[in-house]
Formats: sequence, C-alpha cells, structure tokens
Amino acid sequence: MTSGQALPQPAYTNIVEAEKLCVSFGPVQALTDIDLAIGKNDIVGLIGDNGAGKSTLIKALTGVVRPSSGRLYIRDQPVDLGRYSVRKAHALRFETVYQEKSLGEKQPLWRNFFAGRQIVNRFGFINVREQRRIANEILQSHLGFRGVGIDADSTVANLSGGERQGIAIGRAMHFDADLIILDEPTTALAIKEVQKVLDFVRWIKESGRAAIYIEHNLAHVHALADRLVVLDRGRIAASVRPAELSLDALTRFLIDLQQPKAGIAA
Amino acid sequence: MSSARLRHAASRARPLSPLFAGKKLEGLPIIVVFIALIAVFTALAPHVFLRWPIYDSFLVTIPPLLIISLGLTLVIAAGEIDLSFPAVIQFSGFLFAFCSLQLGLPWLGLIAALLGGALVGFVNGILVAVVGVPSIIITIGTSFFWSGVATVLCGGLSYALPGLENTPIANIFAGKLLGVPAEAFWALGVAVLGWFVLNRHRFGEHLLFIGDSRSVAEVLGINVRRERIKLFTLMGVITGFASFMLTIQNLNYFATQGQGTLLSALAGVFIGGSSVFGGSATMVGSVFGALIIGMLEAGIVATGVAGFWVEVIVGLVFIVAVVLHIAVESPASLDQLRRRLAVRGPRPDQATKEEIP
Ligand SMILES: Nc1ncnc2c1ncn2[C@@H]1O[C@H](COP(=O)(O)OP(=O)(O)OP(=O)(O)O)[C@@H](O)[C@H]1O
Ligand SMILES: [Mg+2]
Repeated sequence: MTSGQALPQPAYTNIVEAEKLCVSFGPVQALTDIDLAIGKNDIVGLIGDNGAGKSTLIKALTGVVRPSSGRLYIRDQPVDLGRYSVRKAHALRFETVYQEKSLGEKQPLWRNFFAGRQIVNRFGFINVREQRRIANEILQSHLGFRGVGIDADSTVANLSGGERQGIAIGRAMHFDADLIILDEPTTALAIKEVQKVLDFVRWIKESGRAAIYIEHNLAHVHALADRLVVLDRGRIAASVRPAELSLDALTRFLIDLQQPKAGIAA
Repeated sequence: MSSARLRHAASRARPLSPLFAGKKLEGLPIIVVFIALIAVFTALAPHVFLRWPIYDSFLVTIPPLLIISLGLTLVIAAGEIDLSFPAVIQFSGFLFAFCSLQLGLPWLGLIAALLGGALVGFVNGILVAVVGVPSIIITIGTSFFWSGVATVLCGGLSYALPGLENTPIANIFAGKLLGVPAEAFWALGVAVLGWFVLNRHRFGEHLLFIGDSRSVAEVLGINVRRERIKLFTLMGVITGFASFMLTIQNLNYFATQGQGTLLSALAGVFIGGSSVFGGSATMVGSVFGALIIGMLEAGIVATGVAGFWVEVIVGLVFIVAVVLHIAVESPASLDQLRRRLAVRGPRPDQATKEEIP
C-alpha cells in the first residue's frame, strides 16, 4: 500500500536525468537533444502541443521506447540504455499512468493490477488469493470512481473510460514509487475525480516523492508544478517556474509557439 | 495519506447483473454438448455405448490429438496460431523411430522427438517474434519445410517397430494402468498442468495479456518477444511428445503420420470455446472439444449411420457448439439477432405492438 511512512533518506539529488536524449521512429525524429533533470521532490509539469513528444519522452524514461542516442541517469547513476526496460523501471521505483491503453481488456482486475510483476511462488505460480485481496483493497481504499460494484473479478471491458483511468491510477498508487509519471491522467474524468487526481499530485509532493505531470489543462499544471517544461516539436522550448510566468503569459507563450516563426524565438 | 483522501464517500452498491453474479463453470456449454452427444450415441447404439471397449479405444486414440489441442490452446490464448504441428508429428515421429530402430535407443528417441519439436517451435518463434511474420503465414511455410525434411530423412518409408512391444517405455506410455490405457493418464496430466500454466502461472498470464494486446503487454513490462519464442518452442515440445505417443502406441512410424490432424486439433480448441482473437482460452473446453472430435467418427459409425455422413455431422456439431458459446458468453449479440429476426418476419404469436393496428 502507498504509505505515509518516511522513506529512507535518498542519497541522490536527481531521481532521473536525461542528457541529449534523442528518440526516432524510423525516419521520424520524435525527440531531439532533450536535457531534463528531475529532482527527488520535483513536480514537473510537461506541456506542449499534440504530437510534441511528451508521451514519447516519458516512454523513453520508463523503458517502453529505446532512445536512439543520449544518456540517462537514475538517482545520479548512469543507466545502460541497451538493457533498460519497463521491468527495470519498476524495480527502480518508477510508476507510470500511461495516456493510452495500459489494461488488458479481457482480463480481470486482479490480473491487471499485477501483470508483469505478479505475486508468485518460486515456481512462478501466481498467488491468486493474495492478488485478489490486494486488488479489492486498492479498489476500496484508493479508488473513488463510481464503480462501486466493481470488484477484483470484474473485467476491464465492462468498465467505463473513467473507471479504467481510475484503475490505472490506483495501480500506480499501490506500487509505492519515488517517481510517479502521469500522462494526461484527468482527460476521461468527471470534476470530482479530477479533484482526487490533483490531490494525489499534491500528496506526491508532500510525501517527498517526484512526479512528471503531463496535462493540457494549463491551470492545473500551473497551480501544482514546481517547474513547467514546454516541449515543441521534439525539443525543449522552455523550462520555467510557475512563479516566473503567469498563467496568462504561459498561455500566450504556448499559442505563440504554434506560429511557425515564433517557435524558436522563445 | 492518499488513501484517506481518495476514499470514496459513499458505498452505494450497484447491483451486479444476474449473469455476473455467480461464477460460471469453465467450459460449461461444451460439457453440455459432450453429455448430450454421449446420450444420443447411447440411445442409438446401446450395445456399443453401454460397454467398456469403445471407451477403451477412445482413451487410446484421442490422447495424442488432445495433447496437441492443449498446446494449441496456449498458442491461441496468445492470439497466435500454429499450423505446423502436423509436420512435427511427422518429423518427431521419425526421430523417435530412427533412434529406436537404427540405434536401439528408444529413450534417446523420446528425447530426440521432444528436442526435434522444440527446434521446429523455436524456429517458428524466432520468425514470429523477432522477424515479425504473422504466425498464420509463417507456420504454413515451416510446415512444408519440416514435413519435407521428414520425408527426405525417412525416404518416404514407414518404420515398423515391433521390437518395442512390452518394453518399459511402451508400457509406461502406451500400456495399461488399472485396466485403463496409459495414454489417458498422460493426457490428463498434461491437461491439469496446462490448466495451471494458463490460469495460474506467470507465463500463462503473460500469454493472455499478449493475446489481449501486445502493446499493453509491453507497457506492463512483459517481455513479449521472449514469451512468444517460449510459447512456440513449448508448442513444438508438446507436439513432439504427442507424436512420440502416437508412434509408440502404433508400434509403427508412418511416413504420412500427422496428415489430417490439422483441422481436427484446431476444431477441438474452437469447439471448446477459446477465442480466435486471443486473450481468452479454456483448457477444460479444449479437453472436451478434443474428446468430442475424437469420439464423433467412431460414434457415428457405431450408430449405423453410413460413414460418409461423418463430416456433415462433425460440421453440425462444430457450428452448434460455437453458436452455443456465443449464446452463453455474450447473450447480447443473440438478443440483437432475435430482435432483428422478429422485425423482419414476426410469427403471429410474436407480433410486436406496432404491427397490431
Ligand atoms: N510508435 C510510434 N511510431 C511512430 N511514430 C510515433 C510513435 N509514437 C509516437 N510517434 C510520433 O512521435 C511524435 C510525438 O508523439 P507523442 O505521442 O510523444 O506526442 P504527445 O506530445 O504525447 O501528444 P499528445 O498531447 O497528443 O498526447 C508524434 O509525431 C507521433 O506521430
Ligand atoms: Mg501523449
């Protein structure tokens, strides 16, 4: 369970740091020379146009996508990009709520919460009873989504979009992590649920953890983030503290970015 | 603490639909079909179906194909297909026969049959998971290849293996235990193990997620490539074992063995209710599916219906079983059908309000 206990004092300054990170999909260069450091208790808001490369960046940071070049440091230690994987990222206490589907449609929730890191005995057999119990606990304690009547045996295919989002967030909350990455976590949610996600981000900050928070609602990120990083066509266009740039100025900046010429001037 | 903050205010329960209230028995529709079939056979040919010998012969002839259906169930759970197993039946059977006859080492032959199957499966796995060819295409190719290799190696000749009769290996895999054919126990063992692998093991869960969606599996940290290679290799080993069993129970290697098994084994899996789209599969269903397929021919002949009706009836049973699965799994689609039929051609007693002036 996500607990309020004090974490062991981290002996690092940055939970993750990218240096000249590039990602390409065939001929498409999705990210170019990304330099980004996230402190151990930083909430970084990542913003930018559709297709700017936000999701790709977090996929590179979490081992889903392999960078074509650049370096990655986790807790100030260099990472071998050739051997970096989702599994490693989990082991390094990174949790991600992905923007697109991250649940097995036909599978029950007790499988979905643990897929990829099941509770197993030494022969690899799953402890179903334990997974069910924890899944029900997560559903009851973390998730306020209207799906009461949903239990560990419910199949994802029968859930609403918001409920699915809630399940993915609950999963991230359960696996207590040092870095929690949220990729547009509020898009499918009703106002009340959005508030819960915002509370969750605040809790990440208060409990000494770090987050990358991708959000198109500028008011939300502006209010919550310690730092705003603007991505534009695969490059970092700006990195500012909310205190240095009002919400209005930020909005104008983003709109100007979309004009072809103003892009680099910033 | 987050849990306190996010705790849900109320606990008003949404009543579950009655359909989801109780847990469904795995493979129930197909078990019903199976029992109905036995009942029909018994009614039509009591002199055959009320006596043990027919069941004894079923328990000899069905296990090899049933074991293959179990392996196929894993493959289909992952949203893949393997059409090359008939070639493995040919290839692995040859390896076993060769080692037994030419080298006099039947146990080595068993190992060779398993390893031969593993080799075929591993190559399939590499071509599917690393090169990226869809399995339905590539296993057609490898099927021709390995079948050809087996034919070249055996020179088109069959091997009689009378020397294996009453040897320990023959008694263990094709003898009798408590009056029941040993093959039945092996098939049961593989079925139980297969059920646990699919439903309770990490590997089986990975297959289900891969079958559900490969990109989701990747995001969840499942090593999709490695698991798919493992899957095809395992399928090869299972088929190698089935081929060994077939060869030793016949005490003969036929150069053509494996031919004609393709549709039967697949039919067993799909009659059983596994989804061709992957992500959901049932071992219990496949066991009963394979039993039904294996029983039909002998059963139909025993009831006195002319032999050439066999395929018509197999086809009918297949269609009924598959429709039955849809009726049980997604009643909504059947409701829709019923409504559509009702609109087009209402029977007088079903006429809807609008149509009554
Ligand atoms: N697997 C892929 N193969 C090819 N191109 C890709 C792939 N994933 C992303 N891209 C491309 O990389 C670019 C960045 O995509 P990305 O998903 O990172 O955008 P984003 O900033 O998250 O956008 P949005 O706000 O719409 O979610 C896009 O042009 C997209 O087409
Ligand atoms: Mg995105």
